[in-house]
Amino acid sequence: MLLCLVAVGILVSSGLVALAVPGKSRAALVIGAAGAVVGCVLAAIPAVGVLATGETLSLNCAWNMPLGSFHIALDGLSAFFLIVIALVSAVAAIYGVGYLDAWRGKKALGPACLFYNLLVASMMFVVLARNGVLFLVAWEVMSLASFFLVTFESEKPGVREAGWTYLVATHLGTAFLLVLFVMLGQGSASLDFDVFATFGASAPHLASLAFILAVIGFGTKAGFIPLHVWLPEAHPAAPSHVSAVMSGVMIKTGIYGLIRVILFLGPPPMWWGVALVGIGITSGVLGVLFALAQHDLKRLLAYHSVENIGIITLGLGVGMIGLSRGVPAIAALGFAGALLHVLNHAVFKGLLFLGAGSVLHATHTGEIDHLGGLLKRMPWTGVTFLVGCVAIVGLPPLNGFVSEFLIYFGAFKGVVGTGPLSVISCLATIGGLALIGGLAAACFAKAFGIVFLGEPRSEHATQARECGGSMKFAMVTLAVACVAFGLLGPMMVAGVAPAVAGASSLAPADAMRELGPAVGCLASVVLVAAVLIIMIGSLLLLRYALLKGRTVTQSGTWDCGYARPTARMQYTASSFAKPLTRMFRFFLRTQSAVNMPDETFPKEAAVSTHTPDAFRRRVWQPVFQWVSKQLEQVRQIQHGRLQLYVLYIAVVLLILLVWKMR
Amino acid sequence: MAIEQFVSVALALVLSPLLLGVINRVKAIFAGRTGQPLLQAYYDLAKLLRKGAVYSRTTTWVFRAGPTIGLGSTLAALMLVPMGGTPALVSFSGDLVLFAYLLGLARFFTVSAALDTGSAFEGMGASREVQFAAVAEPALLLGLAALAARTHSLSLSGIFAGSASSAAAHGPAIFQWWLQMGPIVLLVGGAFFIVFLAENARIPVDDPNTHLELTMIHEVMVLDHSGPDLAFIQYGAALKHWVIGALVVGSLLPVHPAHPVWTPVVAVAGMLALAVVVGVVESVMARLRLLSVPHLLMGALALSVVALVLVIY
Repeated sequence: MLLCLVAVGILVSSGLVALAVPGKSRAALVIGAAGAVVGCVLAAIPAVGVLATGETLSLNCAWNMPLGSFHIALDGLSAFFLIVIALVSAVAAIYGVGYLDAWRGKKALGPACLFYNLLVASMMFVVLARNGVLFLVAWEVMSLASFFLVTFESEKPGVREAGWTYLVATHLGTAFLLVLFVMLGQGSASLDFDVFATFGASAPHLASLAFILAVIGFGTKAGFIPLHVWLPEAHPAAPSHVSAVMSGVMIKTGIYGLIRVILFLGPPPMWWGVALVGIGITSGVLGVLFALAQHDLKRLLAYHSVENIGIITLGLGVGMIGLSRGVPAIAALGFAGALLHVLNHAVFKGLLFLGAGSVLHATHTGEIDHLGGLLKRMPWTGVTFLVGCVAIVGLPPLNGFVSEFLIYFGAFKGVVGTGPLSVISCLATIGGLALIGGLAAACFAKAFGIVFLGEPRSEHATQARECGGSMKFAMVTLAVACVAFGLLGPMMVAGVAPAVAGASSLAPADAMRELGPAVGCLASVVLVAAVLIIMIGSLLLLRYALLKGRTVTQSGTWDCGYARPTARMQYTASSFAKPLTRMFRFFLRTQSAVNMPDETFPKEAAVSTHTPDAFRRRVWQPVFQWVSKQLEQVRQIQHGRLQLYVLYIAVVLLILLVWKMR
Repeated sequence: MAIEQFVSVALALVLSPLLLGVINRVKAIFAGRTGQPLLQAYYDLAKLLRKGAVYSRTTTWVFRAGPTIGLGSTLAALMLVPMGGTPALVSFSGDLVLFAYLLGLARFFTVSAALDTGSAFEGMGASREVQFAAVAEPALLLGLAALAARTHSLSLSGIFAGSASSAAAHGPAIFQWWLQMGPIVLLVGGAFFIVFLAENARIPVDDPNTHLELTMIHEVMVLDHSGPDLAFIQYGAALKHWVIGALVVGSLLPVHPAHPVWTPVVAVAGMLALAVVVGVVESVMARLRLLSVPHLLMGALALSVVALVLVIY
């Protein structure tokens, strides 16, 4: 436990030192990143120990804060999330050294380092905290630190607007959490989680209300549709290593909070699980559809985070259905799938954002239709990005498949004899996962194929150069993790069993036993994967042997007799996605501007498409416009006359005095 | 592992190109032509394997690795597919998900290889391939879920063995089994058949005979491959006919002969019958407009869902 506190101390102090380092030297970056790496490693040590032994560490000190106490603990669930945070944050910090170097001399880098380390430290505190006040303080520090990171390039108007959206969204979410915590702690002098844990027994009639508040409050952070609107704005705006941490890890604290609060509420009724499945399918399918319609690489990845949060929620929903139906096997599979997907998504989404960052770094554009042919120019980025793509689509033998397999497995089990509502939910899960899988494959075939394959579509892409050593190191580390977590699938499931027990309130031994069959099946998956790899290897050898000594020539791409194919004739990202976006145009509402060729020898013709977020435009914009219109009237009391302001203060003080003396 | 399991895999490896020959022969008979030899696919493969290769200057290693990964994944999928009553080489609960995703892996790399050429034609084919697959995949998995719910088994081998044994339990009264199970079996079989046509680029989804028209999907994606790579692709395509065909045949004909020697015979006969049906479909139908192909696949999805409703209630 002490080690965790030391880790947080190192993170914060190294951040402060980085802030103090004078502007133009590289030292700030190195000190900040070194502190982050050391802090993450130190924090991960006790976490791994807790997962291995299954014990719970805790520390409870008094704190002179009303309703607060300095109560932190590390159980299986917290330990699991702590490892996820530490792994991705450490790797992204290393990447940041190379990435932020481009701004050296142009911008003060100290604050960026400080806020990065603060973000990591506060995320650690969020999963450690066992007191409502402490949790909310950590939560708020996390939101503010990430806000300052999002607005790193605050000279760009788009970035400022994204930061503003994020700030509003995250605080609205926190408002719901505040209400939730006050409700959970009602009638007690403390907001300690131990007090909350009796809520399910003491006030069962309010449990569903608490569930709804938790879904809205934590769902805003996690990015459930329609609360996701800040996500596709803020994640692309942030520097890429920060996007990796925000998308890979920070939004998962929403999932953590949701699981933690649901544990307080006692045995879940059926409809919670069904509701989570519904949210999961909506977020998953709409997330991937909006991703398909994007042509900015980082925006596309941000929408995919919404999709993957949907997959995680599907797992949680299946798990909750298992709990309420009293089938521990389904519960264990659902929660194990959800938790492993939290880890897996952190790894491959982190990797993809880092890859997108080095594309941005090399070409200064994230517009997919301006890129192309980067695999030849940036082989390291290209190969690791491909690994990330295969993993996120959930294809075997990489890690994405393992977690999706567990969720499928739980859902297939739920199809057999568990009552109509749960059967329908499980079937919806299967169909939803299959559809999400197919659409994600399309989307990442587009992202990888258009950006890295073919011919470069612009001057920027032609002149791209591979990124530097620290960035390469970070990407390779995460790519290796994708492969390793996939091939070690059975061990991973066994490893998260304590966390699954913590999340599903099953006894650890029960969770392990229920996951046993899944571990066996995953062992067979690994066997097939091994055969697959051997088969591909031997086919490659066969191909090599066959082609040896024969004429292998190079030529232009066959374009059906057309003599001079140019890069501009290639299929673009928009045209690639067109059939699918057309099929789902009802949801997407893509706007297009067409400049038709009209004369016999047309000089110019153009088509441009733009898919704004339908929820932002159609739901939130009207709501916020209405609110700001109503608030216009309040502005009358803000008029700039200082004397009257002093009068307000005096009146309020008087009222408070009277109220207290009563 | 029994010897039959190896025999059925060997049969698949050897006989799958024959399916293409049978389909083409049926089409030739319908058109009143003599048609190409039954073994034409084998001759093509032998010829391609003896040739050198031409690569576009645009391409990278992804283009060269695509056919190999595609064939490798299809071979791995073959290990999971039972033939009639014979269980697959590897079977475990949940292998149906792995099966679908292995085909997905093959598709991902075929599509990537197509995009690697930078050709507008191949990009077009790739775009259509991923679109249709996105709809076909839920149809396949929900159809499998229907069969899984009926037989209470989560592995392909278990599902087909379950159907076969429940049919065998009726003994001579197999007619009654059909009355009971017929609707479900027909619905799921129908859904799988449509998935079979779509995944294998057959009419009415795609036309395997031409590749230069703008409507093509699979053939246009592999336009730039040559030599052994093309041989891998064509052999992989033939194997894919076999593995998805085995699902169609296995769900429609749950026959489990008394003597194990007859099992592969029945299974191969079923596959050849499927090839004949495909040949007939190709002869009597025109290709659908591209915009209506998703409707056909949605139809397959609907069949799967209706089968599920029947199973559950």
